[in-house]
Amino acid sequence: MNKNMNIKNLIIDKPLKLDCGQTINNFPLAYETYGVLNEKKDNAILVFHALTGDQFVSGINPITKKDGWWSYAVGSDKAIDTNKYFIICANVIGGCSGSFGPSNTNPLTNKVYGTTFPIITINDMVNVQYNLLEFFKIKKLFAVIGGSMGGMQVLQFVSNFPNKTKVAIPIATTSNHSAQNIAFNELGRQSIMADTNWVNGDYSNQNKNPNKGLSVARMAAHITYLSKKGLQEKFGRKLQERDDLKFSFDADFQIESYLRHQGSVFVDRFDANSYLYITRAMDYFDLLKHHDGNLSKAFIDTKTKFLIISFTSDWLYPTSENKEIVIALNAIGADVGFVEIESDKGHDSFLLNTSSFLDTLKDYINTSYQNNK
Amino acid sequence: MKQEFKIIADLIESNTRVLDVGCGDGTLMEFLKNNKKLDIRGIEISKNNVQQCIGKGLTVIEGDAEKDLSQFPDESFDFVILSQTLQAFLNPEKVISELLRVGKKAIVTIPNFGYWKVRLHLLIKGTMPVTRTLPDEWYNTPNLHMCTIQDFFNFCKKRKINLYNSIALQNLKSSKITNTNLTLKNLTAVLGIFLIEK
Repeated sequence: MNKNMNIKNLIIDKPLKLDCGQTINNFPLAYETYGVLNEKKDNAILVFHALTGDQFVSGINPITKKDGWWSYAVGSDKAIDTNKYFIICANVIGGCSGSFGPSNTNPLTNKVYGTTFPIITINDMVNVQYNLLEFFKIKKLFAVIGGSMGGMQVLQFVSNFPNKTKVAIPIATTSNHSAQNIAFNELGRQSIMADTNWVNGDYSNQNKNPNKGLSVARMAAHITYLSKKGLQEKFGRKLQERDDLKFSFDADFQIESYLRHQGSVFVDRFDANSYLYITRAMDYFDLLKHHDGNLSKAFIDTKTKFLIISFTSDWLYPTSENKEIVIALNAIGADVGFVEIESDKGHDSFLLNTSSFLDTLKDYINTSYQNNK
Repeated sequence: MKQEFKIIADLIESNTRVLDVGCGDGTLMEFLKNNKKLDIRGIEISKNNVQQCIGKGLTVIEGDAEKDLSQFPDESFDFVILSQTLQAFLNPEKVISELLRVGKKAIVTIPNFGYWKVRLHLLIKGTMPVTRTLPDEWYNTPNLHMCTIQDFFNFCKKRKINLYNSIALQNLKSSKITNTNLTLKNLTAVLGIFLIEK
C-alpha cells in the first residue's frame, strides 16, 4: 500500500524492545515536516496523529490528494503557524502511511506481516518517534500536541521524557481507555474479522481485502466521533435523494448514505490490519497501571507546561476524563491550564473549524513561545 | 480597581506560589506577574474568561471554586487570592475554609455592604442598593451573600481565623482597619481587603 509515494522515511537502525517483548530493528518511520527549524532549534513542535491519521498534517496529502487531516489548525498564520514553527509529524508504527506496520513485507518470509506483526503500544509509538529529536538534533522541543490518540501520545511522551518539551497540549483525550472506548474498538475489530476476506489477517498475501468489514468498523467509529445533537442538526430524518421511504434496505436516510460514504472512502486509504493494531494500542493505554494507580506519578519529574482542552459534546473522551489529568497534575503542583470548549461537533471538534478552540490554541502557543525567549 | 491590585501586590511576597480564585480575564494575574516574580495560577468558572487567560499564556483552569479547589493539596500555595467573589458563592464559609486549606495565607477582598452610600440607598430609597461596585439589581445579581467589613471581622473571630492584616479602601485612599476604628471604616470603606490565615 502507498508505495513509491513522496514519503520521507527515517530508518531506525537501533534495536527497540517493544512492550510485547519482541525487539524490532532497521525499520522505517515515515514523517513529514512543515516550516523551518530555526538556528537555536527552539521552535520545533511534534504533532501526534489520532487513530486514522498520518504524517500529512497540513497542505495536500500526496496519497489522498485531500487536505491534510489538521489543516484547520496547522498552516500559514494558523493556530500552529508554519511561518513560525517547525512542525514534525510521523506516522505511528503499526500504521499504513509508510511507517513500519502490518502491511509491510517481512524480509524473512517475503510475505506481508499481517497479524504476524508484533502488538504495539502507545509507549512503543512514542519511543520510536523520539528518534526524530536525535535525527533533527533537537535538544528540547517547544511543544508536543495531539488530540484523541495523539493526546495519549502527548501524555506518554512527557511521562517518558519529562524534560524534552517545554509545552504539552493533550486535547480530547484520556489517561486510560475506558470500558466504553474498548467496547467500541472491539466492535470495529470484530467487524473486520467477521469479513471472510480478512482470512486471519493474511488477505494481502491472498490478494483479498476485507473492505466490507473495515467499512463497517469505520461507520461505527464515525458515530462515536459526532454528537447526537450534531447528527440531528445535520441529518435529522432527511431522506437521501427521494421523496418518500422506499420500503427497502436501501439508504433511505441521509445519515445512512453519509455513513456508507465515510466507510467506502476510508477503505481506500486505510489498512484493515493497521486498524486492528492501532485500536489495540489505544485499548492497552493505561498510564495509571504503570504508576501504581496514581496518575500523578507519571508526571512527577516534569517541568513541562501543560494545556489540556476538552469539548462539551465529546462523549468518547469526555471532559471528566480530561479533568482527571488536570487533577493529577495539580496534585503535584505541575503547571497546568485547562479549558472545556463549547461545541456541538462531538469528539471531532478538535479536527474541525472550531474557532474558539483554534483561537485559544493559537494565542496560547504564541504567548508561550514568546515567554520562553 | 487598580488600587485594590496594588494593595494585593504589596501583601504578597516575591518568589511565592499564588492561586487566584475566580481570576476573571486574568487582569489581576497579569498585574501581579508584571510586578513580582511569582508562580501564579488561576481558576475561573467562565469559559470565555478562561479562554482569554489561556490566550495570554496564563496558567488557568476552568472550574468551580466551590467544587474544584478540592484537587489542590493542603498548603500547595503560599497565597490564595479571592478578589470580590466571596459574596457570589453558595457556601462562602466552605470556600473560606478551602482557601485556608489550599493556601498558607489567603487574601480576601469584599465589597463592603456597610458603606454609607449603600446604607443610605436602602434607607432613603427603600430599594436594594445599586452602586458602582454593586451594579446589579436584586433579581439578577450574582451576589448571594453580601456582607459588611464588620460581618467579616465577626466571622473571622467566630471561626478563629487569624486576621493578619485588614485594609479599608475608599476610592484611591487606603487605610488600616483596627479594632478601634472598625465602626468608622465599616461606614467609609467601599472595599475591605483582608489577609487571613488559620
